[in-house]
Amino acid sequence: MKRDRPLHGFVPGMAALVLCLFAGVAPAAHLQEGGNAAKTRAASAPEKQFAVPAPPFTPGIFPCSDCHKEMKSNPARRELKDEHTSIVLNHAQGQRWCLDCHDISNRDKLRLVSGEKIGFVESFRLCGQCHGDKYRDWKVGVHGKRTGMWNGEKQYLLCVHCHNPHDPQYKPIPPMPPPTRPEDTK
Amino acid sequence: MPNRESRDNPAFRMSRRKMMKGVAAVLGALALPEQEASASVWESFFQKHFREMSKPELEKVLARLEKEYGKTYGKAVKVRATPHIEGVSYGYGLDLSRCIGCRRCVYGCVQENNQSRDPQIHYIRVLQLDKERGVDLEHTEHYYNPSKVPEKGHFYMPVQCHQCENPPCTKVCPVQATWKERDGIVVVDYNWCIGCRYCMAACPYGARHFNWKKPGLPAAEMNPETHYLGNRPRPVGVVEKCTFCIQRVRNTPGRYPACVEVCPVGARKFGNLLDPESEIRYIIENKRVFILKEDLNTRPKFYYFYAT
Repeated sequence: MKRDRPLHGFVPGMAALVLCLFAGVAPAAHLQEGGNAAKTRAASAPEKQFAVPAPPFTPGIFPCSDCHKEMKSNPARRELKDEHTSIVLNHAQGQRWCLDCHDISNRDKLRLVSGEKIGFVESFRLCGQCHGDKYRDWKVGVHGKRTGMWNGEKQYLLCVHCHNPHDPQYKPIPPMPPPTRPEDTK
Repeated sequence: MPNRESRDNPAFRMSRRKMMKGVAAVLGALALPEQEASASVWESFFQKHFREMSKPELEKVLARLEKEYGKTYGKAVKVRATPHIEGVSYGYGLDLSRCIGCRRCVYGCVQENNQSRDPQIHYIRVLQLDKERGVDLEHTEHYYNPSKVPEKGHFYMPVQCHQCENPPCTKVCPVQATWKERDGIVVVDYNWCIGCRYCMAACPYGARHFNWKKPGLPAAEMNPETHYLGNRPRPVGVVEKCTFCIQRVRNTPGRYPACVEVCPVGARKFGNLLDPESEIRYIIENKRVFILKEDLNTRPKFYYFYAT
Protein backbone atom coordinates (compact mmCIF):
# COMPACT_ATOMS: atom_id res chain seq x y z
CA MET A 1 0.00 0.00 0.00
CA LYS A 2 2.63 2.42 1.08
CA ARG A 3 4.84 1.67 -1.94
CA ASP A 4 2.49 2.84 -4.61
CA ARG A 5 1.73 6.09 -2.85
CA PRO A 6 4.62 8.07 -4.33
CA LEU A 7 3.59 6.83 -7.77
CA HIS A 8 0.06 8.02 -7.27
CA GLY A 9 1.34 11.36 -6.21
CA PHE A 10 3.89 11.63 -8.97
CA VAL A 11 1.73 12.25 -12.03
CA PRO A 12 -0.55 14.94 -10.54
CA GLY A 13 2.52 16.39 -8.89
CA MET A 14 4.27 16.77 -12.21
CA ALA A 15 1.12 18.17 -13.79
CA ALA A 16 0.89 20.73 -11.01
CA LEU A 17 4.53 21.63 -11.47
CA VAL A 18 4.08 22.16 -15.21
CA LEU A 19 0.97 24.26 -14.58
CA CYS A 20 2.84 26.34 -12.03
CA LEU A 21 5.60 26.98 -14.53
CA PHE A 22 3.11 28.14 -17.14
CA ALA A 23 1.21 30.25 -14.64
CA GLY A 24 4.48 31.75 -13.52
CA VAL A 25 5.54 32.62 -17.06
CA ALA A 26 2.30 34.27 -18.19
CA PRO A 27 2.11 37.13 -15.64
CA ALA A 28 5.86 37.63 -15.91
CA ALA A 29 5.44 38.35 -19.61
CA HIS A 30 2.83 40.99 -18.86
CA LEU A 31 5.03 42.57 -16.27
CA GLN A 32 7.88 42.90 -18.73
CA GLU A 33 5.71 44.76 -21.16
CA GLY A 34 4.91 47.21 -18.41
CA GLY A 35 1.70 48.97 -17.53
CA ASN A 36 0.53 49.21 -21.13
CA ALA A 37 -0.13 45.49 -21.34
CA ALA A 38 -2.43 45.67 -18.34
CA LYS A 39 -4.27 48.65 -19.81
CA THR A 40 -4.95 47.03 -23.16
CA ARG A 41 -6.13 43.94 -21.37
CA ALA A 42 -8.56 45.98 -19.34
CA ALA A 43 -9.73 47.83 -22.42
CA SER A 44 -10.25 44.71 -24.51
CA ALA A 45 -12.43 42.64 -22.21
CA PRO A 46 -13.03 44.30 -18.88
CA GLU A 47 -16.41 42.73 -18.30
CA LYS A 48 -14.78 39.33 -18.51
CA GLN A 49 -12.13 40.37 -16.05
CA PHE A 50 -14.62 41.52 -13.42
CA ALA A 51 -17.75 39.44 -13.00
CA VAL A 52 -20.41 42.10 -12.49
CA PRO A 53 -24.20 41.77 -12.48
CA ALA A 54 -26.40 43.76 -14.84
CA PRO A 55 -26.60 47.52 -14.14
CA PRO A 56 -29.53 48.51 -11.89
CA PHE A 57 -31.64 50.36 -14.46
CA THR A 58 -35.00 51.81 -13.60
CA PRO A 59 -37.43 49.27 -15.14
CA GLY A 60 -38.29 50.11 -18.73
CA ILE A 61 -35.74 52.87 -19.15
CA PHE A 62 -33.19 50.91 -21.17
CA PRO A 63 -32.42 50.94 -24.06
CA CYS A 64 -32.43 54.72 -24.02
CA SER A 65 -32.54 54.82 -27.83
CA ASP A 66 -36.13 53.57 -27.72
CA CYS A 67 -37.21 57.16 -27.04
CA HIS A 68 -34.14 59.10 -28.08
CA LYS A 69 -33.90 57.86 -31.65
CA GLU A 70 -37.04 59.82 -32.48
CA MET A 71 -35.70 62.99 -30.88
CA LYS A 72 -33.35 65.63 -32.10
CA SER A 73 -30.29 66.01 -29.86
CA ASN A 74 -29.96 69.30 -28.07
CA PRO A 75 -26.43 69.77 -26.74
CA ALA A 76 -27.31 72.98 -24.86
CA ARG A 77 -26.78 72.85 -21.13
CA ARG A 78 -30.21 73.28 -19.54
CA GLU A 79 -32.58 72.09 -16.85
CA LEU A 80 -34.61 69.10 -18.05
CA LYS A 81 -38.29 69.92 -17.70
CA ASP A 82 -40.13 67.22 -19.68
CA GLU A 83 -38.38 63.96 -18.91
CA HIS A 84 -35.87 62.69 -16.32
CA THR A 85 -37.15 65.28 -13.88
CA SER A 86 -36.49 62.97 -10.93
CA ILE A 87 -32.76 63.14 -11.63
CA VAL A 88 -31.21 65.86 -9.54
CA LEU A 89 -27.52 66.01 -10.18
CA ASN A 90 -25.68 66.12 -6.88
CA HIS A 91 -22.30 65.09 -8.16
CA ALA A 92 -19.98 67.97 -9.02
CA GLN A 93 -23.01 69.58 -10.64
CA GLY A 94 -21.30 72.87 -11.39
CA GLN A 95 -18.66 71.15 -13.42
CA ARG A 96 -20.62 68.80 -15.63
CA TRP A 97 -23.93 67.72 -16.93
CA CYS A 98 -25.62 64.79 -18.75
CA LEU A 99 -23.58 64.70 -21.93
CA ASP A 100 -20.23 64.58 -20.17
CA CYS A 101 -20.96 60.96 -19.31
CA HIS A 102 -23.83 60.00 -21.65
CA ASP A 103 -22.96 59.86 -25.33
CA ILE A 104 -24.90 62.27 -27.50
CA SER A 105 -24.92 60.20 -30.69
CA ASN A 106 -25.41 56.74 -29.24
CA ARG A 107 -27.75 57.05 -26.28
CA ASP A 108 -27.22 53.44 -25.21
CA LYS A 109 -23.56 54.12 -24.46
CA LEU A 110 -21.54 56.02 -21.94
CA ARG A 111 -18.70 58.23 -23.01
CA LEU A 112 -15.19 58.44 -21.60
CA VAL A 113 -13.17 61.64 -21.69
CA SER A 114 -11.10 60.08 -24.46
CA GLY A 115 -14.23 59.88 -26.59
CA GLU A 116 -14.39 56.11 -26.30
CA LYS A 117 -17.91 54.76 -26.03
CA ILE A 118 -18.52 52.06 -23.46
CA GLY A 119 -21.50 49.98 -22.39
CA PHE A 120 -23.29 50.58 -19.10
CA VAL A 121 -21.90 47.27 -17.87
CA GLU A 122 -18.41 48.81 -17.92
CA SER A 123 -19.45 51.98 -16.14
CA PHE A 124 -16.70 51.48 -13.54
CA ARG A 125 -14.23 52.69 -16.14
CA LEU A 126 -16.13 55.94 -16.42
CA CYS A 127 -16.19 56.44 -12.64
CA GLY A 128 -12.53 55.47 -12.47
CA GLN A 129 -11.55 58.45 -14.61
CA CYS A 130 -11.95 60.75 -11.62
CA HIS A 131 -11.96 58.30 -8.73
CA GLY A 132 -8.74 56.55 -9.60
CA ASP A 133 -7.91 55.58 -6.03
CA LYS A 134 -11.31 53.95 -5.53
CA TYR A 135 -11.05 52.23 -8.91
CA ARG A 136 -7.69 50.81 -7.93
CA ASP A 137 -9.06 49.50 -4.63
CA TRP A 138 -12.21 48.17 -6.27
CA LYS A 139 -10.23 46.13 -8.77
CA VAL A 140 -8.43 44.25 -6.01
CA GLY A 141 -11.65 43.82 -4.06
CA VAL A 142 -10.92 46.32 -1.28
CA HIS A 143 -13.37 49.10 -2.18
CA GLY A 144 -16.93 47.89 -2.38
CA LYS A 145 -18.65 44.67 -1.71
CA ARG A 146 -17.26 41.53 -3.24
CA THR A 147 -18.84 38.13 -2.70
CA GLY A 148 -18.30 34.60 -3.93
CA MET A 149 -15.40 32.37 -3.00
CA TRP A 150 -12.48 33.69 -0.99
CA ASN A 151 -10.20 31.23 -2.80
CA GLY A 152 -12.13 30.99 -6.05
CA GLU A 153 -14.43 32.93 -8.33
CA LYS A 154 -15.51 36.31 -7.05
CA GLN A 155 -18.53 38.43 -7.79
CA TYR A 156 -18.13 42.19 -8.04
CA LEU A 157 -20.75 44.90 -7.92
CA LEU A 158 -20.74 47.93 -10.19
CA CYS A 159 -20.14 51.32 -8.55
CA VAL A 160 -23.74 52.20 -9.39
CA HIS A 161 -25.15 49.28 -7.39
CA CYS A 162 -24.28 51.19 -4.22
CA HIS A 163 -23.86 54.77 -5.47
CA ASN A 164 -26.51 56.52 -7.49
CA PRO A 165 -24.33 58.03 -10.22
CA HIS A 166 -26.31 61.29 -10.12
CA ASP A 167 -26.19 61.52 -6.31
CA PRO A 168 -23.44 59.19 -5.22
CA GLN A 169 -23.31 59.49 -1.46
CA TYR A 170 -24.36 56.26 0.27
CA LYS A 171 -27.75 56.88 1.86
CA PRO A 172 -28.34 56.10 5.55
CA ILE A 173 -30.33 52.93 6.26
CA PRO A 174 -32.26 51.74 9.33
CA PRO A 175 -30.12 49.63 11.67
CA MET A 176 -31.09 46.14 12.83
CA PRO A 177 -32.26 45.94 16.47
CA PRO A 178 -29.69 46.46 19.24
CA PRO A 179 -28.73 43.52 21.44
CA THR A 180 -30.78 42.70 24.53
CA ARG A 181 -29.49 44.40 27.65
CA PRO A 182 -28.41 41.98 30.36
CA GLU A 183 -31.08 43.33 32.71
CA ASP A 184 -33.76 42.55 30.11
CA THR A 185 -32.70 38.92 29.77
CA LYS A 186 -35.25 36.56 31.23
CA MET B 1 -24.78 -19.90 63.18
CA PRO B 2 -26.85 -19.98 60.03
CA ASN B 3 -25.43 -16.68 58.84
CA ARG B 4 -21.90 -17.83 58.91
CA GLU B 5 -22.84 -20.91 57.05
CA SER B 6 -24.45 -19.08 54.17
CA ARG B 7 -21.53 -16.68 53.91
CA ASP B 8 -19.11 -19.54 53.67
CA ASN B 9 -21.16 -21.13 50.97
CA PRO B 10 -19.29 -20.27 47.71
CA ALA B 11 -22.55 -19.53 45.94
CA PHE B 12 -23.34 -16.67 48.34
CA ARG B 13 -19.85 -15.47 49.12
CA MET B 14 -19.62 -11.72 48.68
CA SER B 15 -16.89 -9.51 50.04
CA ARG B 16 -17.64 -5.99 51.28
CA ARG B 17 -15.70 -4.61 48.31
CA LYS B 18 -17.73 -6.56 45.79
CA MET B 19 -20.94 -5.39 47.34
CA MET B 20 -19.87 -1.73 47.29
CA LYS B 21 -18.99 -2.09 43.63
CA GLY B 22 -22.44 -3.43 42.94
CA VAL B 23 -24.09 -0.59 44.84
CA ALA B 24 -22.00 1.95 42.96
CA ALA B 25 -22.93 0.42 39.62
CA VAL B 26 -26.65 0.50 40.45
CA LEU B 27 -26.46 4.11 41.67
CA GLY B 28 -24.48 5.05 38.60
CA ALA B 29 -27.08 3.51 36.34
CA LEU B 30 -29.83 5.35 38.19
CA ALA B 31 -28.01 8.65 37.77
CA LEU B 32 -28.27 8.44 33.97
CA PRO B 33 -31.00 10.62 32.51
CA GLU B 34 -34.01 8.36 32.39
CA GLN B 35 -35.73 9.52 29.24
CA GLU B 36 -32.65 9.73 27.09
CA ALA B 37 -30.93 6.65 28.48
CA SER B 38 -30.06 5.49 25.00
CA ALA B 39 -26.79 4.36 23.53
CA SER B 40 -26.04 7.89 22.33
CA VAL B 41 -25.88 9.22 25.89
CA TRP B 42 -23.28 6.62 26.73
CA GLU B 43 -21.40 7.34 23.55
CA SER B 44 -21.29 11.07 24.04
CA PHE B 45 -20.26 10.62 27.66
CA PHE B 46 -17.34 8.42 26.75
CA GLN B 47 -16.44 10.36 23.60
CA LYS B 48 -12.75 11.18 23.23
CA HIS B 49 -11.22 14.63 22.77
CA PHE B 50 -11.59 15.81 19.17
CA ARG B 51 -7.89 15.75 18.47
CA GLU B 52 -7.41 12.29 19.96
CA MET B 53 -10.08 10.58 17.92
CA SER B 54 -9.06 8.29 15.09
CA LYS B 55 -10.77 8.72 11.74
CA PRO B 56 -13.30 5.91 12.22
CA GLU B 57 -14.05 7.13 15.73
CA LEU B 58 -14.63 10.65 14.45
CA GLU B 59 -16.87 9.40 11.66
CA LYS B 60 -18.94 7.48 14.16
CA VAL B 61 -19.29 10.60 16.30
CA LEU B 62 -20.29 12.74 13.31
CA ALA B 63 -22.87 10.16 12.27
CA ARG B 64 -24.27 10.07 15.79
CA LEU B 65 -24.52 13.87 15.92
CA GLU B 66 -26.18 14.03 12.52
CA LYS B 67 -28.77 11.55 13.68
CA GLU B 68 -29.34 13.41 16.94
CA TYR B 69 -29.67 16.83 15.31
CA GLY B 70 -31.80 15.38 12.53
CA LYS B 71 -34.25 14.12 15.12
CA THR B 72 -34.27 17.36 17.09
CA TYR B 73 -34.68 19.71 14.12
CA GLY B 74 -36.64 17.46 11.80
CA LYS B 75 -34.38 17.84 8.77
CA ALA B 76 -31.26 16.31 7.28
CA VAL B 77 -28.30 17.90 9.10
CA LYS B 78 -24.75 17.59 7.84
CA VAL B 79 -21.95 17.68 10.43
CA ARG B 80 -18.54 17.84 8.82
CA ALA B 81 -15.07 17.96 10.27
CA THR B 82 -13.31 19.43 7.23
CA PRO B 83 -9.61 19.81 8.10
CA HIS B 84 -7.55 22.95 7.50
CA ILE B 85 -6.17 23.73 4.04
CA GLU B 86 -2.36 23.61 3.85
CA GLY B 87 -0.68 26.96 3.34
CA VAL B 88 -3.65 28.98 4.57
CA SER B 89 -3.78 31.35 7.51
CA TYR B 90 -6.98 33.35 7.61
CA GLY B 91 -6.97 37.09 8.07
CA TYR B 92 -9.82 39.55 8.32
CA GLY B 93 -10.00 43.21 7.44
CA LEU B 94 -12.58 45.72 8.58
CA ASP B 95 -12.81 49.13 6.97
CA LEU B 96 -13.71 51.65 9.67
CA SER B 97 -14.14 54.41 7.10
CA ARG B 98 -16.93 52.39 5.44
CA CYS B 99 -18.83 50.68 8.28
CA ILE B 100 -22.16 52.41 8.90
CA GLY B 101 -23.17 50.40 11.98
CA CYS B 102 -26.26 48.81 10.44
CA ARG B 103 -25.76 45.48 12.29
CA ARG B 104 -26.56 43.37 9.22
CA CYS B 105 -23.44 41.36 10.07
CA VAL B 106 -24.66 40.61 13.59
CA TYR B 107 -27.82 38.91 12.38
CA GLY B 108 -26.25 37.36 9.30
CA CYS B 109 -23.84 35.65 11.66
CA VAL B 110 -26.60 34.42 13.98
CA GLN B 111 -28.44 32.90 11.03
CA GLU B 112 -25.38 31.15 9.62
CA ASN B 113 -23.93 29.92 12.88
CA ASN B 114 -27.03 28.61 14.66
CA GLN B 115 -26.66 30.81 17.72
CA SER B 116 -29.32 30.82 20.37
CA ARG B 117 -32.05 33.38 19.55
CA ASP B 118 -33.43 33.33 23.06
CA PRO B 119 -31.46 33.84 25.22
CA GLN B 120 -29.66 35.95 22.70
CA ILE B 121 -26.07 35.24 21.66
CA HIS B 122 -24.29 37.55 19.21
CA TYR B 123 -20.72 36.94 18.09
CA ILE B 124 -20.44 40.46 16.71
CA ARG B 125 -20.82 43.57 18.83
CA VAL B 126 -20.98 46.85 16.94
CA LEU B 127 -19.58 49.74 18.95
CA GLN B 128 -20.58 53.30 18.23
CA LEU B 129 -17.73 55.73 18.78
CA ASP B 130 -17.35 59.49 18.64
CA LYS B 131 -15.42 60.93 15.76
CA GLU B 132 -14.12 63.54 18.17
CA ARG B 133 -12.48 60.96 20.39
CA GLY B 134 -11.40 58.39 17.83
CA VAL B 135 -10.92 54.76 18.84
CA ASP B 136 -11.44 55.25 22.55
CA LEU B 137 -12.89 52.11 24.08
CA GLU B 138 -13.76 53.97 27.27
CA HIS B 139 -16.47 55.84 25.38
CA THR B 140 -18.49 53.37 23.36
CA GLU B 141 -22.13 52.54 23.02
CA HIS B 142 -23.49 49.34 21.55
CA TYR B 143 -27.21 49.75 22.29
CA TYR B 144 -27.56 52.69 19.87
CA ASN B 145 -30.87 52.58 18.04
CA PRO B 146 -31.58 55.63 15.83
CA SER B 147 -33.99 55.43 12.91
CA LYS B 148 -31.14 55.63 10.42
CA VAL B 149 -27.41 55.00 10.52
CA PRO B 150 -24.75 56.32 10.23
CA GLU B 151 -25.38 59.22 12.60
CA LYS B 152 -23.52 62.50 12.35
CA GLY B 153 -20.38 62.68 14.45
CA HIS B 154 -20.13 58.94 14.97
CA PHE B 155 -18.30 56.02 13.48
CA TYR B 156 -18.77 52.33 14.10
CA MET B 157 -16.46 49.54 15.09
CA PRO B 158 -17.67 45.95 15.04
CA VAL B 159 -15.79 43.65 17.43
CA GLN B 160 -15.74 39.88 17.23
CA CYS B 161 -13.19 37.11 17.77
CA HIS B 162 -9.80 38.33 16.59
CA GLN B 163 -8.45 34.78 16.08
CA CYS B 164 -5.25 35.75 17.90
CA GLU B 165 -1.96 34.23 16.92
CA ASN B 166 -1.17 34.22 20.63
CA PRO B 167 -4.60 33.57 22.15
CA PRO B 168 -4.96 34.08 25.89
CA CYS B 169 -8.24 32.16 25.96
CA THR B 170 -6.84 28.77 24.97
CA LYS B 171 -4.08 28.91 27.57
CA VAL B 172 -6.43 29.12 30.53
CA CYS B 173 -8.68 26.23 29.54
CA PRO B 174 -8.19 23.58 32.22
CA VAL B 175 -9.30 20.73 29.93
CA GLN B 176 -7.89 21.88 26.56
CA ALA B 177 -11.36 22.08 25.08
CA THR B 178 -10.32 25.11 23.03
CA TRP B 179 -7.28 25.53 20.83
CA LYS B 180 -5.87 27.28 17.79
CA GLU B 181 -6.10 25.28 14.58
CA ARG B 182 -3.27 25.29 12.06
CA ASP B 183 -5.09 27.77 9.82
CA GLY B 184 -5.30 30.15 12.78
CA ILE B 185 -8.96 29.62 13.71
CA VAL B 186 -9.53 29.30 17.46
CA VAL B 187 -12.13 26.58 18.01
CA VAL B 188 -14.06 24.93 20.84
CA ASP B 189 -14.97 21.25 21.19
CA TYR B 190 -18.44 21.65 22.69
CA ASN B 191 -18.39 18.02 23.81
CA TRP B 192 -15.23 18.59 25.83
CA CYS B 193 -15.97 22.04 27.28
CA ILE B 194 -16.87 21.90 30.98
CA GLY B 195 -18.31 25.41 31.06
CA CYS B 196 -15.89 26.95 33.58
CA ARG B 197 -15.78 30.19 31.51
CA TYR B 198 -12.11 30.88 32.28
CA CYS B 199 -11.62 31.58 28.57
CA MET B 200 -14.28 34.28 28.69
CA ALA B 201 -12.42 35.99 31.49
CA ALA B 202 -9.15 35.70 29.60
CA CYS B 203 -10.39 37.11 26.28
CA PRO B 204 -9.65 40.85 26.07
CA TYR B 205 -12.18 41.33 23.24
CA GLY B 206 -15.31 39.90 24.87
CA ALA B 207 -15.54 37.48 21.97
CA ARG B 208 -16.63 34.37 23.84
CA HIS B 209 -20.20 33.65 24.85
CA PHE B 210 -21.74 31.20 27.27
CA ASN B 211 -24.91 29.17 26.87
CA TRP B 212 -26.56 29.87 30.19
CA LYS B 213 -29.71 28.14 28.99
CA LYS B 214 -30.50 25.49 26.43
CA PRO B 215 -30.04 27.42 23.18
CA GLY B 216 -33.32 28.59 21.71
CA LEU B 217 -32.90 27.73 18.05
CA PRO B 218 -36.12 27.42 16.00
CA ALA B 219 -36.00 24.33 13.78
CA ALA B 220 -37.09 26.33 10.74
CA GLU B 221 -34.14 28.73 11.12
CA MET B 222 -31.55 26.04 11.80
CA ASN B 223 -28.73 25.99 9.24
CA PRO B 224 -28.17 22.29 8.43
CA GLU B 225 -24.70 22.76 6.90
CA THR B 226 -22.51 22.49 9.97
CA HIS B 227 -18.99 21.84 11.16
CA TYR B 228 -18.08 19.93 14.31
CA LEU B 229 -15.86 22.79 15.50
CA GLY B 230 -18.21 25.49 14.29
CA ASN B 231 -21.90 26.01 13.87
CA ARG B 232 -23.35 22.67 14.94
CA PRO B 233 -26.03 23.07 17.61
CA ARG B 234 -24.56 23.63 21.04
CA PRO B 235 -25.71 22.12 24.33
CA VAL B 236 -26.40 24.19 27.43
CA GLY B 237 -23.39 25.07 29.56
CA VAL B 238 -20.68 25.47 26.93
CA VAL B 239 -18.75 28.42 25.55
CA GLU B 240 -18.92 29.36 21.88
CA LYS B 241 -17.33 31.92 19.59
CA CYS B 242 -16.80 33.17 16.04
CA THR B 243 -14.86 30.71 13.86
CA PHE B 244 -14.62 32.82 10.67
CA CYS B 245 -17.46 30.52 9.50
CA ILE B 246 -15.24 27.44 9.56
CA GLN B 247 -17.99 25.47 7.81
CA ARG B 248 -17.67 27.77 4.77
CA VAL B 249 -14.06 28.86 4.57
CA ARG B 250 -12.40 25.46 4.80
CA ASN B 251 -13.79 24.34 1.46
CA THR B 252 -12.00 24.67 -1.88
CA PRO B 253 -13.44 26.85 -3.22
CA GLY B 254 -14.83 28.20 0.02
CA ARG B 255 -17.38 30.92 0.45
CA TYR B 256 -16.64 34.13 2.29
CA PRO B 257 -17.81 34.24 5.92
CA ALA B 258 -21.47 35.19 6.34
CA CYS B 259 -20.65 38.63 7.76
CA VAL B 260 -18.53 39.46 4.70
CA GLU B 261 -21.30 38.33 2.39
CA VAL B 262 -24.03 40.31 4.11
CA CYS B 263 -22.24 43.64 4.69
CA PRO B 264 -24.08 46.16 2.47
CA VAL B 265 -21.16 48.57 2.24
CA GLY B 266 -18.37 46.06 1.65
CA ALA B 267 -16.50 47.07 4.79
CA ARG B 268 -15.56 43.48 5.58
CA LYS B 269 -12.65 41.78 3.84
CA PHE B 270 -11.34 38.27 4.20
CA GLY B 271 -8.52 36.21 2.77
CA ASN B 272 -5.38 34.18 3.12
CA LEU B 273 -2.53 36.00 4.87
CA LEU B 274 -0.01 33.70 3.22
CA ASP B 275 -1.20 34.56 -0.30
CA PRO B 276 0.49 37.77 -1.52
CA GLU B 277 -2.32 38.27 -4.06
CA SER B 278 -5.14 38.24 -1.50
CA GLU B 279 -7.13 41.35 -0.66
CA ILE B 280 -6.15 41.12 2.99
CA ARG B 281 -2.47 41.31 2.04
CA TYR B 282 -3.18 44.29 -0.20
CA ILE B 283 -4.87 46.01 2.72
CA ILE B 284 -2.01 45.34 5.12
CA GLU B 285 0.56 46.51 2.61
CA ASN B 286 -1.28 49.60 1.29
CA LYS B 287 -3.70 50.92 3.93
CA ARG B 288 -3.47 52.38 7.39
CA VAL B 289 -4.04 49.33 9.55
CA PHE B 290 -4.27 48.79 13.28
CA ILE B 291 -5.06 45.91 15.58
CA LEU B 292 -7.08 46.22 18.74
CA LYS B 293 -5.23 46.23 22.09
CA GLU B 294 -1.90 45.69 20.42
CA ASP B 295 -0.13 46.17 23.76
CA LEU B 296 -1.49 42.85 25.04
CA ASN B 297 0.62 40.94 22.53
CA THR B 298 -2.30 38.76 21.49
CA ARG B 299 -1.36 39.33 17.84
CA PRO B 300 -4.86 39.38 16.37
CA LYS B 301 -5.48 38.39 12.76
CA PHE B 302 -8.35 40.86 12.61
CA TYR B 303 -7.15 44.10 11.03
CA TYR B 304 -9.03 47.36 11.25
CA PHE B 305 -8.16 49.73 8.45
CA TYR B 306 -9.06 53.04 6.89
CA ALA B 307 -9.50 52.78 3.13
CA THR B 308 -9.55 56.55 2.75
